[in-house]
Amino acid sequence: MGKKILLEHIDVPGIETYAVYRSKGGYESVSKALKTAPNDIVEEVKKSGLRGRGGAGFPTGLKWSFIDKKSGRPRHLVCNADESEPGTFKDRYLMEKLPHLLVEGMITSSIALEANLSYIYIRGEYMWVYRILEKAINEAKAAGWLGKNIQGSGYDLELHVTCGAGAYICGEETALIESLEGKRGNPRIKPPFPAVVGLYGNPTVVNNVESIMNIPWILNNGGEEYAKIGVGKSTGTKLISASGNIRKPGVYEIELGITVEDFVMSDEWCGGMQTDRPLKACVPGGSSVPILPANLLFKTAKDETRLMTYESMSDGGFATGSMIGSGGFIVYDDRACVVRNTWNFSRFYHHESCGQCSPCREGTGWMEKILWRLEHGFGNMEDIELLWDIQRKIEGNTICPLGDAAAWPVAAAIRHFRDEFEFHVKFPEKVKNRKHFEGEPWEKVKHLIKKEETVLA
Amino acid sequence: MSLIIKSNKEINLSDRTLARIAELKTRFPEGRQKSALLTVLHEVQDENENWLTIEAMDKVAELLSIKPVEVYEVASFYSMYNQKPVGKYMFEFCRTSCCALRGAEDMIEYTCNKLGVEEGQVTADGMFSVKGVECLGACGYAPMMQLGDFYQEFLNEQKIDALIEDCKAGKIELLSKV
Repeated sequence: MGKKILLEHIDVPGIETYAVYRSKGGYESVSKALKTAPNDIVEEVKKSGLRGRGGAGFPTGLKWSFIDKKSGRPRHLVCNADESEPGTFKDRYLMEKLPHLLVEGMITSSIALEANLSYIYIRGEYMWVYRILEKAINEAKAAGWLGKNIQGSGYDLELHVTCGAGAYICGEETALIESLEGKRGNPRIKPPFPAVVGLYGNPTVVNNVESIMNIPWILNNGGEEYAKIGVGKSTGTKLISASGNIRKPGVYEIELGITVEDFVMSDEWCGGMQTDRPLKACVPGGSSVPILPANLLFKTAKDETRLMTYESMSDGGFATGSMIGSGGFIVYDDRACVVRNTWNFSRFYHHESCGQCSPCREGTGWMEKILWRLEHGFGNMEDIELLWDIQRKIEGNTICPLGDAAAWPVAAAIRHFRDEFEFHVKFPEKVKNRKHFEGEPWEKVKHLIKKEETVLA
Repeated sequence: MSLIIKSNKEINLSDRTLARIAELKTRFPEGRQKSALLTVLHEVQDENENWLTIEAMDKVAELLSIKPVEVYEVASFYSMYNQKPVGKYMFEFCRTSCCALRGAEDMIEYTCNKLGVEEGQVTADGMFSVKGVECLGACGYAPMMQLGDFYQEFLNEQKIDALIEDCKAGKIELLSKV
């Protein structure tokens, strides 16, 4: 069993209640933080090497150090609990089971940022979890960990939970801030960054649930201890949401640095494949990151063992690598159709585009339509080039990263699975049934493409 | 896509909901009560047969001291706000990749056939509607759907049959308690 930081007490009965959580040492980091200079807490988090767990992997301590403390304007910490990256369901698990760890992390982090009004913004679909958090906040307040003059320290903090209503884009931090202000979730142009002009125009830090939940441990045990876990610049543990065609889907806390092969095949984690069908592909970090074919998942292009770390997962760049992203780890066996899956993702991004920037608003729609016709056997060879051209013109040309997130999966699917796209064009009658690779898995039909190439040559 | 429907019905919010809205407003700094808009719209929708009429939205504008258009533009942006009548029991199936890999499309088809509706339609008695939605963050428990405030996971045909029966028998709780 690997080291557990967040899930150490997950199996303790009643851990979601204040009394039990407190009896396991809960809220100790708040006591410690109140006696520590705020900037020293920031330094401790920097030393830990903790990187943002929402997907971007930006160092948390560094992000904190950008917050404007000089202007004297009120500061805010906002927790991004708008988890909606397809393949990702760890934050919901954490909040449902360990609401007080989030509340404790919010208080400790607010102390570091010298914020007196902080929010947790949770997606509207997690309404029952919203209630769980409301209850935890009320319990913490009743116990004197929130409100005026916390534990006689002179420090005041109000913490509230507020909710969204079904918009993936609100996971982007400036869209989240807009939404928190009661508006449509249209991302803002940066700069200015939220650290200077954020919620209500005040300096604001937005952090993911899992990032904030790591803070109590870091403060209690020290940043250096945290940095000892993991490999290189991938320190600590990471929660991975595993789904798809594996035997044991679920949320797992891993030490960064285990091998991808162990994670997929070992009974401790995914437990191998769901059926006897072989592994075909994997999206290792949520729908936005490039899909990897089986031959590039356990080994990199340089034939090195691929590890569950930020660096190893992206080894080879987008040509032969991917990203650990949000840790949304989706496994596909050879009954799955990459074209269909890419169409599915494109439909998602088209639905979730806020509509502000035309490359994204129009481009995601075009990609969805072209992928629909390829998947349903109405495509032609030029469609593949057209798709490539459109994704290239979205990437980098939008205010927020949703455009990139929509483009990358399409690019990677064409890059690694072009023969499957061609199969859909050349054998339209074989893809009319939506379960076309269930009866005849890809492995059994892909020779048809090769044969034709030989004939043509 | 958005449309606004006038119901010509007066909106009467319960004292409980009005008190709840008053409390929600206190969570934000003076002059920033608009921040409560999304949460308030959920509360009002819950009390208005799960959809937002123009009267309901105008009432929300009044309660938060903002212009009606500020409510309409938000209601039309977020997918959880229904701007036309929906079934009392709305089966919202996640259809994104991970759920699709584990049979979401079969579940949607099965439920539509069983209830005699197409995706997006409401049954004649107003009891049920079926909808395909995007990722609900339950990928490891697929296939799944949202029913009211709660998730129904690891679905199969037998579970859907049982859920439909439970809905008809009034055994399904739709709202999470405050």
